[in-house]
Amino acid sequence: MPEERIRVDAKLDRLEEIVGFVEDCADRFRLEDSRKFGLNIAVEEAVVNICSYAYPDTEGMLDVACRVTDESLVIELSDSGIPFNILTLPDPETDAAIEDREIGGLGGYFIRQFSDAVSYTRRDGMNVLTLLFRRGASIELP
Amino acid sequence: MEFQIQKETAATVVAVIGRMDAVTAPEYEKKLAGMMDEGEKNFIIDFGKLDYISSAGLRALLMTGKRVKSLGGLMLLANIGGAVKDVFAISGFGTIFPMHDTVQSALGAAEE
Repeated sequence: MPEERIRVDAKLDRLEEIVGFVEDCADRFRLEDSRKFGLNIAVEEAVVNICSYAYPDTEGMLDVACRVTDESLVIELSDSGIPFNILTLPDPETDAAIEDREIGGLGGYFIRQFSDAVSYTRRDGMNVLTLLFRRGASIELP
Repeated sequence: MEFQIQKETAATVVAVIGRMDAVTAPEYEKKLAGMMDEGEKNFIIDFGKLDYISSAGLRALLMTGKRVKSLGGLMLLANIGGAVKDVFAISGFGTIFPMHDTVQSALGAAEE
């Protein structure tokens, strides 16, 4: 199974580089252009949350690995920050009015909505978030 | 991210060009805050040339939208299409802000 990986500082100013790396992998996987948008969003939300919550007061590294198989594109984001699972955050109230709408809460929701499968595990002192994308799948609009 | 700003009688039309992500969204907040500091409170945000928006972009919209509302102003969105429209639908933001197909239609609504 071919795998490519990069290691970068877990900082927002590396976001463009991370997204570029992941999109190159998506091109090799031949992910549809229409789904690259969702891939970009899912990866951005994951990176933003790692920077904010896994490394709230410290700096650290972020490893991004892409595995391409015939059936799927798997993106694995690992950090050695404090234990943090974005998938445990509750979904936002998407029907609330502007006065009641909370700032935040959308990141984990977008990760779930725009990927075909997502999982979190704490492994060897690292947070490991795994996103899976398939060709031909489509997001469901409300 | 770039802006094209056009002052009309009923509102200031702000075209946002490029990407609204975690890195660039603060530029949008700053731009709108600056105009509100100068007394503008009615805005039409033209998303016709917006290629991408993430939750950080939506959050910036929400923050500025709340301030516009507290000033008694109005903020209308226009020209939202493609994948950006999907993000609005999935997040429920399509119901938070009035959305218009064209800037012209939004200007018409702002004049009322």
